[in-house]
Amino acid sequence: MTMLNIENLSVWFGGGRDRVDAVRSANFHVNRGASFGLVGESGSGKSTILRAIMGLVPNWSGTISVDATPVGKKREKTFYKAVQMVFQDPYASLHPRHSVDQVLGETLYLHGFRDIDARVVKLLDDVGLGAKFRFRYPHQLSGGQRQRVAIARALAPEPSILLLDEPTSALDVSIQAEILNLLTDLRSEHGLTYVMVSHDLSVVGHMCESLAVMKDGEIVEIMDVETLRNAQAQHAYSKKLLAASI
Amino acid sequence: MAQAQTWRAWLLTDTPTSRRHAKLSALYQGWLSFRGNTMAMVGLWILILLGVIALAAPLLAPHDPFAQELGNRLQPLWSEGHVLGTDSLGRDILSRLIYGSRITLYIVGLVALIAPITGLLVGTVAGYVGGWTDQILMRITDIFLAFPRLVLALAFVAALGAGIENAVLAISLTAWPPYARIARAETLTIRSSDYISAIQLQGAGALRIITKHIWPLCISSLIVRVTLDMAGIILAAAGLGFLGLGAQPPSPEWGAMISEGRRFILDHWWVATVPGMAIFTVSLAFNLLGDGLRDVLDPKDGNK
Amino acid sequence: MTLLDVENLWVQFPSRQGVFDAVRGVSFTLGRERLAIVGESGSGKSMTGRAILRLIRPPGIVTADQISLDGIDLMKKSEREMRDVRGQKISMVMQDPKFSLNPVMTIGQQIIEAYRLHNKVSKSAAFDKAIEMLEAVSIRDPERVMRAYPHEMSGGMGQRIMIAMMLIPNPEILIADEPTSALDVSVQGQVLSIIDKLVTDRGMGLIFISHDLNLVADFCDRVLIMYLGRIVEVCDAKNLHNAKHPYTQGLLNSLPRLSEPRRKLDVLNRNPAWSEAPSVSGRV
Repeated sequence: MTMLNIENLSVWFGGGRDRVDAVRSANFHVNRGASFGLVGESGSGKSTILRAIMGLVPNWSGTISVDATPVGKKREKTFYKAVQMVFQDPYASLHPRHSVDQVLGETLYLHGFRDIDARVVKLLDDVGLGAKFRFRYPHQLSGGQRQRVAIARALAPEPSILLLDEPTSALDVSIQAEILNLLTDLRSEHGLTYVMVSHDLSVVGHMCESLAVMKDGEIVEIMDVETLRNAQAQHAYSKKLLAASI
Repeated sequence: MAQAQTWRAWLLTDTPTSRRHAKLSALYQGWLSFRGNTMAMVGLWILILLGVIALAAPLLAPHDPFAQELGNRLQPLWSEGHVLGTDSLGRDILSRLIYGSRITLYIVGLVALIAPITGLLVGTVAGYVGGWTDQILMRITDIFLAFPRLVLALAFVAALGAGIENAVLAISLTAWPPYARIARAETLTIRSSDYISAIQLQGAGALRIITKHIWPLCISSLIVRVTLDMAGIILAAAGLGFLGLGAQPPSPEWGAMISEGRRFILDHWWVATVPGMAIFTVSLAFNLLGDGLRDVLDPKDGNK
Repeated sequence: MTLLDVENLWVQFPSRQGVFDAVRGVSFTLGRERLAIVGESGSGKSMTGRAILRLIRPPGIVTADQISLDGIDLMKKSEREMRDVRGQKISMVMQDPKFSLNPVMTIGQQIIEAYRLHNKVSKSAAFDKAIEMLEAVSIRDPERVMRAYPHEMSGGMGQRIMIAMMLIPNPEILIADEPTSALDVSVQGQVLSIIDKLVTDRGMGLIFISHDLNLVADFCDRVLIMYLGRIVEVCDAKNLHNAKHPYTQGLLNSLPRLSEPRRKLDVLNRNPAWSEAPSVSGRV
């Protein structure tokens, strides 16, 4: 059962002579409850695909379908209820003057929930922070704690798909382990579908069942994680990436 | 003492327990780092003093500021009953200064409300919406910026008629464009940040994003800029008063007082100098305060 | 042979809540070897590197029993004398080359200027030397690179140019602070092998500051593991995977591995006793 289907997705910036094609005819699909990885080096367009799905890039063509419904150029409110995103840098993704309570409360309010107080506490429990963090400001939180707040914000509308843009690359390895474990637990508890972008093959190998390798805006190979573990990648670039990562 | 210690600990905690607690704690931390700046505290005290003087003017003033005593005109400093002397109509200069602080504060207060708020509105809308809106709003801003401030204010007052209210309006009209520019520049950097993307992904509209997410970050740098501009505003008001286009006689506006004293500057220098010193002191106080506030409020200074 | 001897190094920052100790009594020596300092953010590893060059800005305070370079105590030198040490004797490569190069000068101008600062030679001699340096860091077509501006360079190229510039005065010690963490994996390998070759050929001492245990295990000779401003363990790089200290073990186990799929990763349980235990000496 396909949850997210991407067909012929192209993304470009600028126009005319200055046009830069960030993503060229990408195709992939993710089943309900599955976890899909996008790997590649910087500038390969892997994060741009996530931003295109969320409607954060101005120019794109192709088809993006969520639960068999194609999304329009302008995202509906129901779309944001179904799909949410966690950003790479937890130091940049929280408003510096808003407390955790404001961040989560506003998100819940915008999605039309009315039992906000109870839900804020529940969300903080879900991401392992607890109610004592509720009234803190971002500068009173560590990097890992900030990322937990960002995950709580993404979970607030009870989405079915979570897009993860390098969620641990700004964190220490011990904190990375905690966040990855949290994401594993949340996925099984809430039946979430993940699309995870990372430059770290071992992180994607740990989190995902299948993955796409990207180079210069194109998907060069899609493989399952067994193939990755057994180092049986077909494409020359995937082999090179794999060799450099071990 | 023990009580004070626990209050301090309660305010400095890293683990606030309620919304109010978090707000108070953040305010207290800001106050502490502001208090560390001696010059800024000096500025703050001068301004508090000015506020108290303006409030208690009838109690503090030794004479009626409008009472003329032609037989006792142009008395020097420290003369009998008139510490700062008298002006050309025999009015007590100290009393006029004290009452004049009300007018100064009134002008400064109004301009400080109108100009930054206009600038904030124009700048953030232009910066966030972009495109044609941005082009049109910013070209209007440029037109206002192209004229020297006092000349433009003069033109407005000439068109609207002399008087304090019109002077305030004229100064505000000339003061807002720099704020619009600052607000727009800040909005452009804030707009592309992840936390704005994040709230867009919750389906928030432009109005909510501008007012709740962009304004709180722009306001601090605008406040700093306003306090630094205060000196200029006071001087512009005084300048208009001096040219006879601001406060009208007999009101004791400081600029108008200098203007009156000008005729006697060679023989009776204090008539113009004393209000000049008052303007100088208040301008300096605002500048010092602005410098201190910049250290506390400016988010670009990452002194955490 | 010992190049650098650091004894009881402290870095402190006074703050409103009291004094914050970033580095707490660290001692180690550096010979002609590749010494790694690893740890998480906040462990004081970068502060240690900067403190050796006395690059900690006020209000930060550096104290040490000695930081001696060839038997001369750097702590006793004046700021003026330190300027000759920085660059001449000890060079430093930072994480992001973009912030270390002047954006409005061509790379050639910058290298030539740096070279002529240290050597009294003509412009053309400096030019030849610069080309030679760029070739040494495996830059193809060095003449074109000399004419380019920093923004035209990729991250890997920029980092190689930085290394080339740092090596001009022929320093005895190179401090590399996360030199490859801003780079893609494929480029990382190239930059590391360049550093390795230069250090081996010239018999330099290298202090390699990193958060990446696997990288350090492959690349360095000896490893200092830092935790909250102290050294908790010193071991040979090739034995790093058999480290004794629970902190080091915890860090290694928290890494996901392609070869060993697990549902959950091991989480590091921090023991307060680790930060209380006295710093292990890294002196040989």
